Amino acid sequence: MIPLSGDLGNAKGIVKEKIGSFGTTRGTSTLKRGFAHMLKNGVVMDVTTVEQAQIAEDAGAVAVMVLDKLPSDVRKAGGVARTASIRIIQEIMDSVTIPVMAKCRIGHVYEAMVLQETNVDMIDESEVLTPADENRHIWKWDFTSPFVNGARNLGEALRRIEEGAAMIRTKGEPGTGNVAEAVIHIKNVNTELRRIKSIYDAGDEQDLISVARELKVSYSVVEETASLGRLPVVNFAAGGISTPADAAYLMTLGCDGVFVGSGIFKADDAKERAQAIVLATTFWEDPDKVKEAQKMIDERQSMLGLDTKNLELRMQERGSTA
Amino acid sequence: MSGVNIGILAVQGDVAENILATKMAIEELGMEGIVTEVKTPEQISDLDGLVIPGGESTVIGTLSLVNGSLKKIKEKIASGMPVFGICAGMIVLSKKAKDRVVGEMDQPLLDFLDVKIERNTFGRQKDSFESEISMDKIGISKFPGVFIRAPSIIEAGKDVEVLSKFNEKIIAVKQGNIIGTAFHPELTGDISLHKYFVGLIKKKN
Repeated sequence: MIPLSGDLGNAKGIVKEKIGSFGTTRGTSTLKRGFAHMLKNGVVMDVTTVEQAQIAEDAGAVAVMVLDKLPSDVRKAGGVARTASIRIIQEIMDSVTIPVMAKCRIGHVYEAMVLQETNVDMIDESEVLTPADENRHIWKWDFTSPFVNGARNLGEALRRIEEGAAMIRTKGEPGTGNVAEAVIHIKNVNTELRRIKSIYDAGDEQDLISVARELKVSYSVVEETASLGRLPVVNFAAGGISTPADAAYLMTLGCDGVFVGSGIFKADDAKERAQAIVLATTFWEDPDKVKEAQKMIDERQSMLGLDTKNLELRMQERGSTA
Repeated sequence: MSGVNIGILAVQGDVAENILATKMAIEELGMEGIVTEVKTPEQISDLDGLVIPGGESTVIGTLSLVNGSLKKIKEKIASGMPVFGICAGMIVLSKKAKDRVVGEMDQPLLDFLDVKIERNTFGRQKDSFESEISMDKIGISKFPGVFIRAPSIIEAGKDVEVLSKFNEKIIAVKQGNIIGTAFHPELTGDISLHKYFVGLIKKKN
């Protein structure tokens, strides 16, 4: 069963209609969050072309994320990064059977509307693109399509869930080929979850209310999250994953799956690497299998990557205070 | 070991929800048994029943092939083990699958359930829907159908019993000890279908 904490039962994105003699409802939290549940234990791969999308599908990706440029190229190019070309998104939708996601700018309601009309399976309101409104994220309850959002800590994650996000991913530091920030973020979330779980288990409602105030979210979403001891939606790791061992490590930290951005198609052995990362994500509990996966790649062909300490642009900070 | 041993194929997809639903079903039936995640041929060989959960059928099929699980599952089904395939799981059990948009598929399948499946038959995620359906043949008159990028059955062999239709499309079938559904009972809190499946295992033992 799917936890429905923070569910808006009367959201605008919910559509009731008749199909034949059957009454149907679309856009419910069960359907949006349920979609994310079907991705669990899988790898979502960033792609920019039909060819890359097919490589991803053949390698066992659970979905693809369509961008105009891979995050590391977004970083290099500078300027304003926007949602991908609709024509390319459609071409990819027509050529693979797995779900297709695409990114819109933080707070850019109409880019998201365009993606919904395009019929992408999930919309990523993403810090990889240049934010349109850092103070107000999209009110995702108005949409029938589900959203995934980035978060660096529990407060950000729960605020996004209250806005209607059906799935969370850690932000990491995109386009760096460096997994360090993703590791920090998932550990932050885990530490805070343990803290509120212990408050909940102690039955201290007063303390739980002060947590809600501190995180700037409602009491009910804090209470349900605390009772579950995990986020009430599916939580993937993202940002800087480059190798099978990176993916397997994040799975050990309790993630439900991983997003791989530049790490695959910025490497010179993309095909083998895509397969290897899927294998490591599936069989992360078995070090021997992860070793076999790691053997499929050549470290000399990994993307060079960046030290996250000396970055001019820290994408993870975008939209994080709202 | 006393009681039944039911596995949830834990390669990819919504495993945890099926563990919960199956455990509740065992409990409500007043049976003894365990429910575990299974990934390896060794784990599968000990089972009395298997659930192949929702997820991506291409991923579940491909990765089960890699480590030999697919072969072991085939042996077990051939020897009569009851199996319940949900959405992607039903696709993996089938003989043939095509995609509504992309067309004929060349994906690893178990080749047991004598049906041809159309993947993503109702459209993409925005078209995913909830609707009340019925499976009168197995005594479930009302059931909350949760259809997520769901498939449907476009051809069914003579040994396949149709359990439910939605607007003329076949969405639930039974063939011997194999059950397949296009929808997700594990997401609903209604465990009547999981109870029916566990009942098949009970009868067998």
